[in-house]
Amino acid sequence: MSALLEVRDLTKHFPVRRGWFRGAAQQVRAVDGVSFDVHAGETLALVGESGCGKTTTGRSILRLIEPTSGTVRFDNTDVLGLRGESLRRLRRHMQIVFQDPFGSLNPRLTIGAAIREGLIVHDLARGAEADTRVARLLDEVGLRAEYASRYPHEFSGGQRQRVGIARALAVEPKFIVCDEPVSALDVSVQAQVVNLLRDLQRDRGLAYLFIAHDLAVVSHMADRVAVMYLGRIVELAPRTALFATPLMPYTQALLSAVPVPEPGRVRNRILLAGDPPSPANPPSGCVFHPRCSHPAKDRECSSRVPVFEEKTAAHWVACHKVPVTMTPSSTSIPS
Amino acid sequence: MTVPVLAVHDLRVSFATDAGLARAVDGVSFTIDAGETVGLVGESGCGKSLTALSLLRLIPPGGTFAATSRVEFAGADMFTLPDAELRAIRGHRMSMIFQEPMTALNPVLTVGDQVAEVVRVHTRASRREATGQAVAMLTRVGIPDAVERARQYPHELSGGMRQRVMIAMALVLEPSLVIADEPTTALDVTIQAQILELLRELRDRMGMAVLLITHDLGVVAEMASRVLVMYAGEIVEEAPVDALFHSPAHPYTEGLLAAVPTLDTTRGRLRTIPGTVPAPTHWPTGCRFRERCAHAWDRCAAEAPVLYQVGPAHRARCHLVQEPERRRS
Repeated sequence: MSALLEVRDLTKHFPVRRGWFRGAAQQVRAVDGVSFDVHAGETLALVGESGCGKTTTGRSILRLIEPTSGTVRFDNTDVLGLRGESLRRLRRHMQIVFQDPFGSLNPRLTIGAAIREGLIVHDLARGAEADTRVARLLDEVGLRAEYASRYPHEFSGGQRQRVGIARALAVEPKFIVCDEPVSALDVSVQAQVVNLLRDLQRDRGLAYLFIAHDLAVVSHMADRVAVMYLGRIVELAPRTALFATPLMPYTQALLSAVPVPEPGRVRNRILLAGDPPSPANPPSGCVFHPRCSHPAKDRECSSRVPVFEEKTAAHWVACHKVPVTMTPSSTSIPS
Repeated sequence: MTVPVLAVHDLRVSFATDAGLARAVDGVSFTIDAGETVGLVGESGCGKSLTALSLLRLIPPGGTFAATSRVEFAGADMFTLPDAELRAIRGHRMSMIFQEPMTALNPVLTVGDQVAEVVRVHTRASRREATGQAVAMLTRVGIPDAVERARQYPHELSGGMRQRVMIAMALVLEPSLVIADEPTTALDVTIQAQILELLRELRDRMGMAVLLITHDLGVVAEMASRVLVMYAGEIVEEAPVDALFHSPAHPYTEGLLAAVPTLDTTRGRLRTIPGTVPAPTHWPTGCRFRERCAHAWDRCAAEAPVLYQVGPAHRARCHLVQEPERRRS
């Protein structure tokens, strides 16, 4: 069975100029060869810290940013090859929910009009039929139908995020990129929105690419988790395997750093030294090697780029020091 | 019995708005002992940051303190203190770490000069001595090549490094109380772990008291020995950290703890608190949480609860403390 979304070797390099007169543009390798699949009805979480390339990956898939190279196939359509009308038609099936719903809603449109827009653009409904659909969508995301005539500033953060979700759902997509959808919300409201996203997924069979930095939220949302560091996926595994037995030293450090609401619990925290390096000048070999505390770290780590391979069943890691404990499978891409 | 370094009595801060009087902080009282770390938690708009600013007599324009409000710091009444004496306390004996170092730091001064300035303003140190102290402090907060870094401007540093500079500024004169307002909220989790470790280490070595304001219950569990929970301008529960996490008495605290996603979970539904926080211009009568509370009965609308004693050093603003049989399971 082929996946709903297939991303292969996706890269996005942004040019940066150093100094005013010296030419020679440098490249920031925001996304540097990322491959993964998302299946229908599945949530793949993309986690990592600021600047790791997770947002750029999500936006490149939707072509809100034009990727530098790679392929993206959605429902057996070559997304990067589409132009004009056919791209617009595809976007009906691929939507996005942004982190900051206030920034992504037009302040001068009522939220009813904002949700309606997609229906009109994609010729799904108009007139009274569109009004009914808007009312039904608002109800589905837990808002009152009469809110349709209000403006974004009249809503709280959690309510605006519900509007953002209703707007994305209006065109009945199969796949939604959720870009930090709950990061800006208070914890009690965050829980409401996480539950809503899961209910919608169950009811509508949606697939999510769930981009987040909060690992605890991800552990509630994801079926599989991909960890990004400096533009690359360094580990990808089913949720339980990733949280119970993370293999890549970076993932181990990331998980150990999460504060847990249990006073007095003794944790073996792996403190990473320093800051992540700049993606304009990534380290040689394994991009994580300068901060890695693996006891077996050696010259290989700084000289040779590790292969992203399946180490145990369905558990993919890019690390020289994690042994392969299964018979090699035929695929080179986690699916 | 230790002497409190800070005592807050009936703190009230209000703002006149178009929608009416907003009672953003509404009768907050607490103390902090020397060397103690107290967590102040609550969600957006509960008044926690405003409470913190008030301790230094810093409030946004338009805000008014009630005449009955008092903040005593090391015996001095912060609200009646002459400005000169107030300035001598601020940044010296009581200092603040802000959430966003990029806006709290001066963009046109090198970070070394900014730390040195604190020393120069409050002590008789010469420029050279102040710079020396600044570099020593920048080293102490874990900034590599502090001599070089001291000559850089805030925009040249990463978020984590900027937060270290903020901490260096706040701690360079070894204050007896540090107010840390969401000190790690803007940082990535691995950098947050570094900064919390640093704060813990410096606190233990300098013996200062810390008021840690945060919305992150995980951070509180790791850092604080006592916790104050704020909701709708009031403290609704105060307890030693273990009691708060293991036997919360207020339904709001319970709801907050249950809503926090944790790592080792079996992907169950997250518990939520229904509804939203009321507006500070229209706090509900009686208990301010009753409209979102699963246990509320008629007394909750008729009578505003006070902080009832639950256990040793544990108090909660909920009638359930007096009438536990009203609790619905």
